[in-house]
Amino acid sequence: MERTNTLSIQQSRDSDFIREVEEASGQNLSKCYQCGNCMASCVYTFAYDYPVTQIMRLIQLGQKDTVLKSSAIWLCANCQACTTRCPNNIDVAQVMETLRIMSRKEHTVSLPDIQAFYDEFLRSVKTFGRVFETGLLPVYNMRAKKPFTDLDLAPRLLMKGKLTFFPAMVKQRKKIAEIFEVIKRDRFSKEGKARPEPLSSQPDI
Amino acid sequence: MRIGVFVCNCGTNIAGTVDTAKVASEALAFADVVYATNYMYTCSEPGQQEIQRAIGEYGLQGVVVAACSPRMHEPTFRRAVEKAGLNKYMFEMANIREHVSWIGNDREANTRKAVDLVRMAVGKLRFNQPLFSSKMPVNKRLLVIGGGVAGIQAALDCADGGVDVVMVERKQYIGGKMAQLDKTFPTIDCSSCILGPKMVDVSQKENITLYAASEIESISGYIGNFTVEIRKKTTYVNWDACTGCGACMEKCPAKKAEDYFNEGLGTARAINIPFPQAIPKKAVIDAQFCRQLNGKKCGVCAKICPVKAIDFEMKDTIVTEKVGAIIAATGYDLFDHSVYGEYGAGRLPDVITGIQYERILSASGPYGGHIRRPSDGKEPTEIVFISCVGSRDQSVGRPYCSGVCCMYIAKQAILTRDHLPESNSYVFYMDIRAPGKNYDEFVRRAQEEYGVQYIRGRVGKIYQRGDRMVVQGADTLLGVQVEVEADLVVLATGVESSSGAGELAEKLRISYDQYGFYMESHPKLRPVETNTAGVYLAGACQGPKDIPSSVAQGSAAASKVQSLFAHDMIETNPQVALVNERNCIACGKCIQVCPFGAIQWKELRGGIKKAEVLPSVCQGCGVCNATCPPKAVQLQHATDNQILAEVNELCA
Repeated sequence: MERTNTLSIQQSRDSDFIREVEEASGQNLSKCYQCGNCMASCVYTFAYDYPVTQIMRLIQLGQKDTVLKSSAIWLCANCQACTTRCPNNIDVAQVMETLRIMSRKEHTVSLPDIQAFYDEFLRSVKTFGRVFETGLLPVYNMRAKKPFTDLDLAPRLLMKGKLTFFPAMVKQRKKIAEIFEVIKRDRFSKEGKARPEPLSSQPDI
Repeated sequence: MRIGVFVCNCGTNIAGTVDTAKVASEALAFADVVYATNYMYTCSEPGQQEIQRAIGEYGLQGVVVAACSPRMHEPTFRRAVEKAGLNKYMFEMANIREHVSWIGNDREANTRKAVDLVRMAVGKLRFNQPLFSSKMPVNKRLLVIGGGVAGIQAALDCADGGVDVVMVERKQYIGGKMAQLDKTFPTIDCSSCILGPKMVDVSQKENITLYAASEIESISGYIGNFTVEIRKKTTYVNWDACTGCGACMEKCPAKKAEDYFNEGLGTARAINIPFPQAIPKKAVIDAQFCRQLNGKKCGVCAKICPVKAIDFEMKDTIVTEKVGAIIAATGYDLFDHSVYGEYGAGRLPDVITGIQYERILSASGPYGGHIRRPSDGKEPTEIVFISCVGSRDQSVGRPYCSGVCCMYIAKQAILTRDHLPESNSYVFYMDIRAPGKNYDEFVRRAQEEYGVQYIRGRVGKIYQRGDRMVVQGADTLLGVQVEVEADLVVLATGVESSSGAGELAEKLRISYDQYGFYMESHPKLRPVETNTAGVYLAGACQGPKDIPSSVAQGSAAASKVQSLFAHDMIETNPQVALVNERNCIACGKCIQVCPFGAIQWKELRGGIKKAEVLPSVCQGCGVCNATCPPKAVQLQHATDNQILAEVNELCA
């Protein structure tokens, strides 16, 4: 991780970035008064390059590069402890999600393995209607170029029935695949909007 | 009628976005307007003289000033026209600042709207009648609601000035929150030592009548002449007889009553005098815990009482007091931290509040002034203080700063070091708010001389590990998560409005903000007045305040009362309802709707009934005017004709 100890505010501040994050996440980031509660509550602070409080501060200062290249946004487990505890009702987890999407668009993903896992997970859900772990894990391992990781666990998981040889046959899995299509269509129809409205707020199809 | 129009530039406040010269020239074209001009500052002395000069020169019979809000300068201009010989109600004000120039930048639209407002004012003025106020005597007695330090200060100041004071306190003792404190910042004065003499003064002054364990039942009347009903709550002890000897407390077998004074640390007897210096020093039975009152065989207190003061049959009584002014000094409550799941939601016994810690520190507290933790009575060595619990936290609906917590934490950390020199104190804070005299120096002393470790960040969670608690927080200055093992955690719970503040405000007819704090008449220039004449504010009922500010406000409210009481008579407001008896059909609807009971029946010769307004009780709200089917009741200075004239001008 690279840290800068000097910062020329005017030269490095990207105010469009601040606006984009606010619009895409629906959060008012100037509400953050840097109390540190998100950092205090976050289970992954130990692993982050920038603790989440500093991610929020970096956004306030428009430090687009630093934020979108950080590992913190990809290590975030979306557990929402930060969102729950934020005294200013900022949905911090939503901001982190927004940053992941922006970082993909800008091709600045610092941890491509994690991105690959997200992709494979969703592909598995789309194909089978729910996650088929026995299929997901080898594909992910290959994409991450670490084919033997956790392989030793497989026999025990198979014996306990945690892994199965065949995917579960989810009824109407085509309907689930349709959800993906709806979201994709939605995103195209709202050009420039990084994140579509959550499904729950859309009228029933 | 000959009308003059004066349009104020208010420097650039109005002229910046309104063409005041054009407003004046258009006004000159209105019917009856014989003179119109614009002026830099109409409220200035030369501005007022210009109005007076024009009244003389042009023989004006009515004046319109287009300027700021009438709440700002209506009295100024009314005085000015009165000095020039007009009746002061032959004056109208058009608000072209707050309602026009400050809220829009479109000069053309603003000018148009300003012209409309001036035309409406002129239209109304044509229907204005001279009105005359009468004089009423002032009852020079004061009611102080709340016996905390602010109320005590106000009562003593007024009593010293010879005013009869009635003080009502809902608890059984006066002194309020300050009586529960151990020491006070930034001087580490013993709280009860500095408050005690004032409490004693209240009980000994002959012109102070104290109703403790009492609440306000109802308030009627108006400035100079309020009638107040006070509910004396059942204490089951005849206070006229009780000497406060405490024999009943010693013998009472119901030992598990809630100890409110000690904030639930420890227990009290069902019959109790909460602390040794209590004023009045009278016992009260807690009906919830008393055996006798719960159908069991007991009555020990009644047998032991040397003066036979116990009365199990006692009921609430209502007393009526007449006063001329009221000071509300109802204080505050502390935020209930049980909404914070991350701090144990009130279930961790060693996570306590600041006020509980005050009781622990106090020599008359539940542990006799020895710092121990509630769970196992052990002396703590690692003590964590957490600030902003229920302050500056939008997620729990308390976005405001409580203003006192930074200071009381610093004080408690210093006292902790004095009590337990081997202990370590840690303070989690977001910002330190210490703007008072010698306040910041005090907080610095906590850090520099007493070695209190200040950590800049909030706490995310507290959980048990062994017989200690782990406090997991942030140090945002380092950008790291930090962990402190603590024996005792003190939460600096914030200030919130007193329970029942809203109900009392309705009885007082004063307004309160969204958090339940009473609204002052003007945030800067009328800080102790309310919008109800004769009702004043003191202390934390108006907003979070420390002791010096509460005392200062108590004295300020007292001086307001004394300047009111310097008059034997006060002028009534003639802008009240008036019944035109010829039109009154005696339907009685106005009597039903009047919120102030200001309308009554009047019998004419031959037994004919008509409605009659008591001008001294009427508050000029206009409900009767709107209700009256034949429009016989008219609110003076806002009659139907006057309002319709305005509407006509607007629609013209």
